[in-house]
Amino acid sequence: MKLREFIVSDAIVPELKATDRDGVIRELVTNLSAAGALPEDAVDEVVAALVKREQNGSTGFGKGVAVPHTKHPKVKKMSGTIGRSVSGIDFAALDHQPVYSVVLLLSPENQPQQHLQAMNIIFSNLQKDMFRRFLRQTGTREAIVDLLDEADQGK
Amino acid sequence: MPSAFRDIVVSNKLGLHARPAMQFVDQANQFNSGITVRREGDAEVETVEADGKSVMAMLTLEAFAGTHLRISADGDDAEQAVEKLVQLFEDKFGEGE
Repeated sequence: MKLREFIVSDAIVPELKATDRDGVIRELVTNLSAAGALPEDAVDEVVAALVKREQNGSTGFGKGVAVPHTKHPKVKKMSGTIGRSVSGIDFAALDHQPVYSVVLLLSPENQPQQHLQAMNIIFSNLQKDMFRRFLRQTGTREAIVDLLDEADQGK
Repeated sequence: MPSAFRDIVVSNKLGLHARPAMQFVDQANQFNSGITVRREGDAEVETVEADGKSVMAMLTLEAFAGTHLRISADGDDAEQAVEKLVQLFEDKFGEGE
C-alpha cells in the first residue's frame, strides 16, 4: 500500500490553527469532510470517537508524531490526512514530548487488514529520521504531497 | 546470554493494531531482555523484524489474524519474557474474538 492511496491531498493542513489535541483532531476531520472524504454530518461523531481513542491511550507514540485513528461505521472509504504544527501540541505522548506532525487515519469497520496495511506504511515512514524531519519542516501542501510521493517511491 | 523464542499465530480478529501493540510493548518493557518480533516474508511481503519495545516498530509488522510471528528474547529473563508475551496473543489481547 502507498501513502497517496489514502492520504487525501486536499485535506492536508501545512499549518494547523488549533493548538490543543482535540482541536487538532477536529480541524483535520473537518478538512477531510470538506475534501469529500466524510459526510459533513459525521464529523462530530468521528471526532468524538478519535478523542475517546486518545483518552484510552495516546497515539503519540514518540518522536514528535501522533497517529490518531479510528474504525467507524460512517467511514465508507479509508482516508487520512496530515497536519503540521510549528509550535507543537500536547498529545500526552508516550515520551512526554510535543507533537509536530499528526497523521490522522479513518477506516471503515470490518476491514482490519486494510487498516493494518495503512498503519504499516505510515509507521515504516515515520520511523525514518529523514522522513520525520522533512515532514516537520515542510510548510506547504504541495511540498508535503511531493514528500509523500517520494516516500511512496522508496526514495 | 540466555535466549528463548516461540512461534505464534495471531488469532484476534483485528490483528496486531495499535492497542495490542502498546499492550505488548508495555509487557515487553517489564523485562530486561531485548525482545524481537519477526514476521517471515513471502511472495507478497518482505521479512520484517521489529523491536518488541517500540510501538512504532511493532506496527510495521502488518500482522493480521492468521499471520505467523516469532517472538524472541535475549537476556537473563528471556524465558519468562517469551512466556508472558505469548500469553498476550493467546488471550487475544482481551478482545474476546
